[in-house]
This record gives sequence, C-alpha cells and structure tokens, in this order.
Amino acid sequence: MNFKMMGRFIAQILSIEGFFMIPALCISLYCGDSMAVKGFLWTILLIIGCVFLLMMICRGAPSAFYAKEGLVCVGASWIVLSAIGCLPFWISREIPSYVDAFFEIVSGFTTTGASIVPAVEDLSKGILYWRSFSHWLGGMGVLVFLLAFTGGKGQGFTMHLLRAESPGPSVGKLVPKMRTTAAILYVIYIVITLLNIVFLLLGGMTLFEAVCHAFGTAGTGGFGVKNDSLASYSPYLQNVTTVFMILFGVNFSCYYLLLIKEWKSVFKDEEVRLYFGIILASIALIAWNTRDLYGSLEETIRHTAFQVGSIITTTGYATVDFDLWPSFSKTILLCLMVVGACAGSTGGGLKVARLLLLLKGVRRNIRRMLNPRRMEVVRNNGSVVSETVLDNTNAYLSAYVVIIFLVFLVISLDGFSVATNFSAVLCTFNNIGPGLEAVGPTCNFAAFSDLSKLVLCWAMLAGRLEIFPMLVLFSRNTWRNR
Amino acid sequence: MNIIIAGDGKVGSMLTRQLSTEGHNITVIDSNAKVLEATIERYDVIAVHGNCASMDVLMQAGVKDADLLIAATSEDEVNLLCCTTAHALNPKLHTIGRIRNPEYTEQIYRMRNVFGLSMVINPENQTATEIDRLLKYPGFLRRDTFAKGRTEIVELRVSSGSKLCNVRLMDLRNIVRCQVLVCAVLRDGNAIAPKGDFVLREGDRVFFTALSQNLTTLLKNLDILTRRVRNVTICGGGRISYYLASRLKRSGISSRIIERDYERCQELCELLPDAEIIHGDITDQDLLESEGMSMSDALVTLTGIDEMNMIVSLYAASQGVPQVITKLSHTSNLNLIDNLSLGSVVCPRDLVCNNIVRYVRAMENQTGAAISVHTIADGQVEALEFLVDEHTRNCGKSLKEIKLKPNILLVSISHGATTEIPNGDSVFQKGDTVVVVDTNSKEIIRQLNDIFA
Repeated sequence: MNFKMMGRFIAQILSIEGFFMIPALCISLYCGDSMAVKGFLWTILLIIGCVFLLMMICRGAPSAFYAKEGLVCVGASWIVLSAIGCLPFWISREIPSYVDAFFEIVSGFTTTGASIVPAVEDLSKGILYWRSFSHWLGGMGVLVFLLAFTGGKGQGFTMHLLRAESPGPSVGKLVPKMRTTAAILYVIYIVITLLNIVFLLLGGMTLFEAVCHAFGTAGTGGFGVKNDSLASYSPYLQNVTTVFMILFGVNFSCYYLLLIKEWKSVFKDEEVRLYFGIILASIALIAWNTRDLYGSLEETIRHTAFQVGSIITTTGYATVDFDLWPSFSKTILLCLMVVGACAGSTGGGLKVARLLLLLKGVRRNIRRMLNPRRMEVVRNNGSVVSETVLDNTNAYLSAYVVIIFLVFLVISLDGFSVATNFSAVLCTFNNIGPGLEAVGPTCNFAAFSDLSKLVLCWAMLAGRLEIFPMLVLFSRNTWRNR
Repeated sequence: MNIIIAGDGKVGSMLTRQLSTEGHNITVIDSNAKVLEATIERYDVIAVHGNCASMDVLMQAGVKDADLLIAATSEDEVNLLCCTTAHALNPKLHTIGRIRNPEYTEQIYRMRNVFGLSMVINPENQTATEIDRLLKYPGFLRRDTFAKGRTEIVELRVSSGSKLCNVRLMDLRNIVRCQVLVCAVLRDGNAIAPKGDFVLREGDRVFFTALSQNLTTLLKNLDILTRRVRNVTICGGGRISYYLASRLKRSGISSRIIERDYERCQELCELLPDAEIIHGDITDQDLLESEGMSMSDALVTLTGIDEMNMIVSLYAASQGVPQVITKLSHTSNLNLIDNLSLGSVVCPRDLVCNNIVRYVRAMENQTGAAISVHTIADGQVEALEFLVDEHTRNCGKSLKEIKLKPNILLVSISHGATTEIPNGDSVFQKGDTVVVVDTNSKEIIRQLNDIFA
C-alpha cells in the first residue's frame, strides 16, 4: 500500500472541503450566528492543521498507484471527509451528538438526505447552506472535482479513482484526458445547477432557499430548508424541481453527447429510454391508484410526478406524505428506490443500466437453458457487453442484496416495525432519504440507536461509492503487503 | 486482349484456363515458382515470378501494355496494393481485385476510384447472393438472369411423380400455361439441345428460359410447392454464412448458424445480432435434430469441407427438408454428384470466374462480343447475351427463315422494355438484345454472327 500517496490525496481533498466551508462561514458571519461561525472557523483551522501535517508526513511519496490504492483511497477519503465535515454541526452545538452530526453529513455527502434533525427551520443559515452544499459536492464526487480542477498531472491511475467514485457498471472517459473529462462533467453539472437556481428564483423563491434547493436537486440529495420539504411551495416551484430532479438522474455523458450534437445516440440510448419509460409508467400507475386522494387531476399528477421523480432519482424531496398513500403506490416507490437513476448521474440505487444488463442476462440464461448449445452475447445500444462487465454486475447485485439484509438485521435491534426498518435500509443504502412509517417523509432517523446510525452511515457510503470501495476496507487482502 | 492474372490459386488457374482458350494473351504472376511451372506446362501463357504488388514485377509482366489486371491472391491487402500500383502505372488499365474481408466492403465500394479498382469481386458475397436468390424461389436448383433481370434461365429436376415426367416438349405448353422454352436438358451427365419431340424422363435436369414475371406461374402450374422460406439452417459459420445471414435478415428470413469453433461463434454473435448462433458439430445428427433441422424451410451447407457439406445435405434431403443448398469448392466430380440429391449446388469459384469472364467479354463488347456469359448445366452449356448491331446479319427476318448452327437456340429477344420468349415468327432488330444458348461446347461463339449457319 502506498500510504504516503493516499495521505497526499486526503490532504488535497480536505483542503477542497476547507475551501468550500468559507462561503458557509461568510453566511454565518453575515447572519451573526456566533456559534456557527465558531464551528466553521475551528473546523477550517483544524483542516489547515491536518493538511500541513499530512503534507509534511507524506513528502516524497512514490508514485506507484494501482487499483487497490484507488479503491482504498476513495473509501478512506469519503470517511475522512465526513468525519471532518460534520464538525461544524457538532462544535456549533446545533446537532449536539457527534454521531448524529456524522450521520447528517454522511447523509449529505452521499446525497441521501436522511436527516436526524427534528426541526430543520431551527438551524442557522450557515449550517443549512453547508448541509445542502454537501449534497452538491458529494453528488458529482469530491475526487472527480479534485481531478477536474486541481490535480492535472494524473496518469493512468486516475481512472481507478473515477471508476471507484462514479456510479455505473462501466465507466468511460468522454475525451482522452481524464482532467478534461472530469472538467466537462463538472461544467455540465454547474450549468444545470445554475439553470435550476434561475428557474427557482423566477418562481419567487429567495436566493438562499433557491441555492439550497438547487444543490439538493443537483446532487439528488434531498435536504431542504423547511420541515415539510417542498410541500409549502407553489405548484410552479414543485414542477420545476420535478423536472430538474429527473434531469439530474440522466447519465451526464448524454448531456455531453447533446453538446456535441449527437442527438440520435441520446434518443436511442436504451438506458435513457428505460429510465423515462419507468418514470412514465410509475406516474401513470400511482396516479391511477391515488386518484381519489387529491382534489384535481392536475394535483394528482403533480404530486405523483414529484414523488416518482424524487424517489427514482434518489433525491428524497417530498410534497406530500406518501406514507399515507395506498400500499400499491408505496410498493411501487419501494421498487423505484431499488432501481435508482441512470449510471453516470448523481443519483444512487442499483442504476437503470445495471437493471437492463441484469434483465438481458436473465433473458439470455433462459434461452441458454432451453437450448444449451446456443451462443449469444448481451448487447447494449447495439454494442457487445463484455462478460467481465456482466460478471461484475452480477457480483454487484449479490453484494447489494447481502448488504441490504445484513444492515436490515442489525438495525432491527432497535425494535421498529419491519416496514420502517426495511425502508430505512433501502432509502439509506440507495441514497434516497425518506422511507416509510417511522422514517417517512414527515419523520426522521433521530430515533435510531447510535449503532444503527453508524451502520446506516456505512450503508449510505457503500451505496454512494458503489459498494466495493467500502467493502475492500474490510478485506484482509487490502491491508496485506504485496 | 492482354490480361495479367496475379495469383495463381484456385480462381487464378481457372481463369487462366478459360481466358487463354478464348484467345487472350495471359501473363500470370505468382510468388510460388512451382505453381507457375505447372501452369506454363499446361496452358499457353507466360509467367512472372515475384510479388505482384511490387512495381518491378508488374512492369516485368508488361503492365504498360496490358488491358486488364485481375488480382486474385489470397491476401486482400496485396490485391488492393497490386491494383492501385498497376492502375497508377497504366491509367487505362482495367483492374479487378478480389476483396473478401467483410470489414472492407463498405470502404472499397466508396473508394473504388481511390484504389483504382474497376471491379471488386468478393467470392463469398457473390455466393451468398446466389444462395439468397435461390432461397427466394425454392424449387429452382439454379437461376441465371439476363436482359437486365427480365429473362431467366432456371433449372429444375424432374423428380418421380412430377408433372413433367414423360412429357413431350411439344405438349409442355399445355401444362405450364405460360411462355417458356426448354433450352437444354442434362441427362446422365450429358447436355442435350432438345427438339419438340423430345420426351422428358425422371432424373433429367431441365433448363427453362422464362420471363422473370412468369416464374411463379411456372412453379405453380408444375405443382411445385413454393412455400416462402421463413427460417434457414446454415451449417458452418464462415464468411459466406455471415453474408448470407445478413442478406436473409434484410428479407425477413431468420437464420440459425451452426458452427464448430467456439471463438468464431462468439464473433458471429457479435456480428449478427439477429441470427441464432449454435455451437456444435454438424456431423452430429442428434445436434441437427435437436436444433430443429427438419423443421426449417431450408438448409444450406457452407463448411470448408466438401465431403461434409455433401453428407449433411444428403441427410437433410433424406429427412425431408424442403430446400437444400450445398456449397462445393471443387466441381471436378460433378458427374458423380449429379445422381445424389444434394439440392442446388453452388461453387464460389465458378461464380467468380463466370463473373470475371463476363467482364472480359463486356470489355470486348465494342467488337460485338457477348454482353454476358453464363455457363450452365455443369459447364457444358453456355448462355450468351448479345447486342444486335449494324453488322448483325438476318436483322428483320423471322426466325423460321433463319438457319442456325446445330445445337444453338435463340431463347429470348429484348426490344426496349419488352422481352419475349421467341417463336418462329419472332424477329430481332438492331438495338435489341438476344440470349443464345449453345449446347455444342466445341465451338466458341464470339460474335452474334457466329450462330448463323
């Protein structure tokens, strides 16, 4: 293991985090929240200290950096990021327990949006900003940011980092240079976020709320600034948020293809088609199922579309308490939680691309059972999917299912109902946020024990980082010297 | 004409034989001295030893004075380079290159001019085209097209119980109820130019001339079932199979390819998303049965081994597969094969050679030579298409007034957009194209005037 190199990476990531705390500090200074100012100031100072220390220790690091280092580096840096990122909450005493603060920031960075804060409106502005900003930074990935705007000297190993951090079964660069690829992704990300802010401002939202909500939407996170999420906003604002949530759930390389005018390949992309197909079908089914709940058709469609968009993109905003919906609708939402957004988006879940590959793999296996000598390859968008990718997808599904049940088992110790626990696991592991019953849209995760919270934190990180970076941390092979 | 043939392989040597007997000056280039020696001993040609793509060797072969170069070595790239180089040395030269790699097809077609190619031949693709044509009209063993696709010579086998059994040709019209002309009959391996009192027997292979639009009527009136082919089993997964499957897909026919080599199966899977690829050995009868061979509308054997193709075809025919097509690389034992029920037999080498010979004759067309030439009836009969020009004798006379040489038939006359199967009262005019069938293979028909006695 090349610990020195990893130390340098972590130092760089911490300095990015420290840098992004400055706006939050300014907001706190502007609002005059002395506790929050203290929290951010101390944290920034601590980060500066840590960065210097790490840089001193890790001087002259050898440049050997392989897949293993990449995976461990991603896992470790996200843990460190969260451990430090939660300090402002804790120091400012706005979230008194460190575990709660850690849960809150992990939920932020992993774009989950599950909260332990009972009354969001009581938090100070600077803290709220930092909470929402953690979504934005975590959505596209801190390491990707590092690659895009700082590193630059990265050689082949940067691929290991991107692969470990960006969601989806197969990761490809858009352009030959990793740095340019990462920069393109971030530029697209920033532009759509700004568009979202503009649309929200046009709807009469205040700048602060617009920015916070846009961050939550962009990262498909789900932290709002109000207790009732988006329920009290105008229908226009809700619809704008629906559209942008769904847009952020699309593979970002599609936007790149649109930019270079490859319209056809975007509209023919099987994953995008399936994604929109699932969304439309779910909206139709739930709207039919909840037709008697709301006054008008417009209202039914608006709420349904919002909830479906929010769940499939794993954002987790809510305009209504969907826990009160009929169980068929709730079950559809649970299924959508598992499906998740497109690969290469900021959303979580199993990813539509994986679902597509799994279904195609199943179809092939059925045919193979009927006709053992028949040969067939699995195709995606017309090109052949390699067997390695299929194997990885299958392994991913296995790990996914096992983890869901293990976490489910552990948090059952707290004695909540099965529906609560199961939806809690699904909505943290898939980075959604609100679940059903005791963790529904109007409730929060504060009631869980510290053990459950830590396990759920791990599940959130595992879900965000595509499981394996968090699993390798527990593998003996990782820590053994080569 | 001065013709250079680069590559003295299967196709090269067949072309050498054919073209040198037609009186052209042939220069053969090959890098194998032994093969060349054998060629010189057999045919009246000169040989140049060396790499046909090199400028020196081409100059030595007299590329400056040549009219045509045929590059038929085993390597596509060498053929291409050879044609390009030769064309650069002599811009008036016609070049024919054999390019067989499917990956190049598109670019060669688009960049013919860049490469200096006058014509591209792809034996595998042509074979696939031919098989595809046969599958369109199940029932015919072979089809040859003339007069821009308006006239065809089709081959039928008189099976036991067929309506054609023991029928005098004079009475044929009452059975088929459309305009047809029997231009040749292959009986016991010998081609016969039949007269009106000729009686058809079981086992005869009959060559009909008919208008393309009448083919369906012909089959219907002969009670030959022509169910549209919907699924085809292809044995062997070579290049022909690839071309064939992609062609069949375009006409909505599903294909199932059985291939022995695992790697090749995988390649085919990637190349042909819609075909069913089966990994297995076709000599295994259980496999053929379990893959539903007897349920398929047609079976095509395309492996590289003639014997295997023959055996599988025989088996398929015995199991009642409606249409069987066999690919044979060597057609030297055709007499023997004639008695076996192999269905239609296609030979890539013959197809290619016919094609090239046609091109050569078309080049000579300025001097009144045939527009196209098809060899039918196991090479014993030639069908030639001519343009009637001002030098042609007997223009405007009815056919019964004209005396033709023995064993020569005039089977089709195209005047502008109309084509007819001629009878005694038919006439041809300047500007018409006519199809002549020559069953007397001893004499070569070079010009239309050669057919008149």
